[in-house]
Amino acid sequence: MQEFKVLIVEDSPTMRQLISFALKRLRGIRIVEANDGVDGLKKLSSENFDLIFTDINMPVMDGLKLVSLVRNDPNNKNIPIVIITTEGAQEDRERALALGANDYITKPIQPNRILDVTRSLLHIP
Amino acid sequence: MPLDDDKGFLNRADEFMQVFKKGAEFTQELLRENERLRFRILEMENVNNAVPANINNQGENLRLLQRIAELESEKADIVERIRQVEEENKDFANRYVEIESENNNLANLYIASYQLHSTLDFPEVLQIIIEIVINLIGAENFAIMLLDEKTRMLEAVASEGIDREMVPKVSMGGGVIGEVAKTGENYFVPDLDSYEMDMNSPMVCIPLKIKEQCIGVLVIYKLLMQKKSFADVDFELFTLLAGHAATAIFSSRLYSDSERKLNTIQGFLDLLTK
Repeated sequence: MQEFKVLIVEDSPTMRQLISFALKRLRGIRIVEANDGVDGLKKLSSENFDLIFTDINMPVMDGLKLVSLVRNDPNNKNIPIVIITTEGAQEDRERALALGANDYITKPIQPNRILDVTRSLLHIP
Repeated sequence: MPLDDDKGFLNRADEFMQVFKKGAEFTQELLRENERLRFRILEMENVNNAVPANINNQGENLRLLQRIAELESEKADIVERIRQVEEENKDFANRYVEIESENNNLANLYIASYQLHSTLDFPEVLQIIIEIVINLIGAENFAIMLLDEKTRMLEAVASEGIDREMVPKVSMGGGVIGEVAKTGENYFVPDLDSYEMDMNSPMVCIPLKIKEQCIGVLVIYKLLMQKKSFADVDFELFTLLAGHAATAIFSSRLYSDSERKLNTIQGFLDLLTK
């Protein structure tokens, strides 16, 4: 069975646990958590990932900066990135997608939304 | 001009030849069809000659009629069964959607409950309640108010999206917030769409209770822009918060107090034993 590695970049432990909990319903998913953008970049430099979930508003480095850096990193530029945020304005969504995010989910989140997006981006039936 | 006449004549001759050829092809086709039909007639005659033997056999006819009736009845049963199975499939599909939604709700409730009881540190407990209210309920401006046992006043101890100082101190039974703390009943503004922010009258006020004792309230003034209304899971989360958040707050406060007292006693003991 194919294994996928997912990086969750989120400063809220509650959200990290909720996303992990949802993803564990899919087989073959291995989860790595990061507290902020900088922590996320560290993990990206040491491991290969198939998908990234990131919040926008985080201390140290926000999610949009992370998206931008990942898209400019030749080793990781093709990893699908999903933004999970409280920012529901259309311009925020457009900005994130323009920077290279693949999907944009607004809080409050439902676990099935995370599953749908993951299945779609990782082509899991 | 004579040349033109010749050309016209030749063209007409060609046309005639074409028509003649088509006529010949059509005639041949008719002949073939005629042959095929004659053969078919012969076949039919042979079948007809074989039938009288069966017609005379009354018993066999009855048996066949009975068999037809049986098969018809069997077919009706199968059709009915298919209809039932399709109906069951629809029920299963609906049930699956319901269970999936229930599953999602339970996941949210599990995470909220797990996080609330994951620490005995008072500021951390408050932070977890804030995270739950933002991330799982979708509130933008809200506050957690706790009851001061001595003054019997409710006071904000944490807030999100608004300054804590903006939240009024409220006496037990005073206004919407005080009434919720006194009665222990949840309060929801009747019409979310027409609600205008009023610090004394929140859109939602949830009492934080340990059994029947109210230790504080959660007041919500504004939801995230994408959150238009409350879903079933939100009411479940409010119920969970009413009980579990209160217990978590109470336990963490007790723990902090006992830690402080323990440190003081330890200090005294150290002084005495030195």
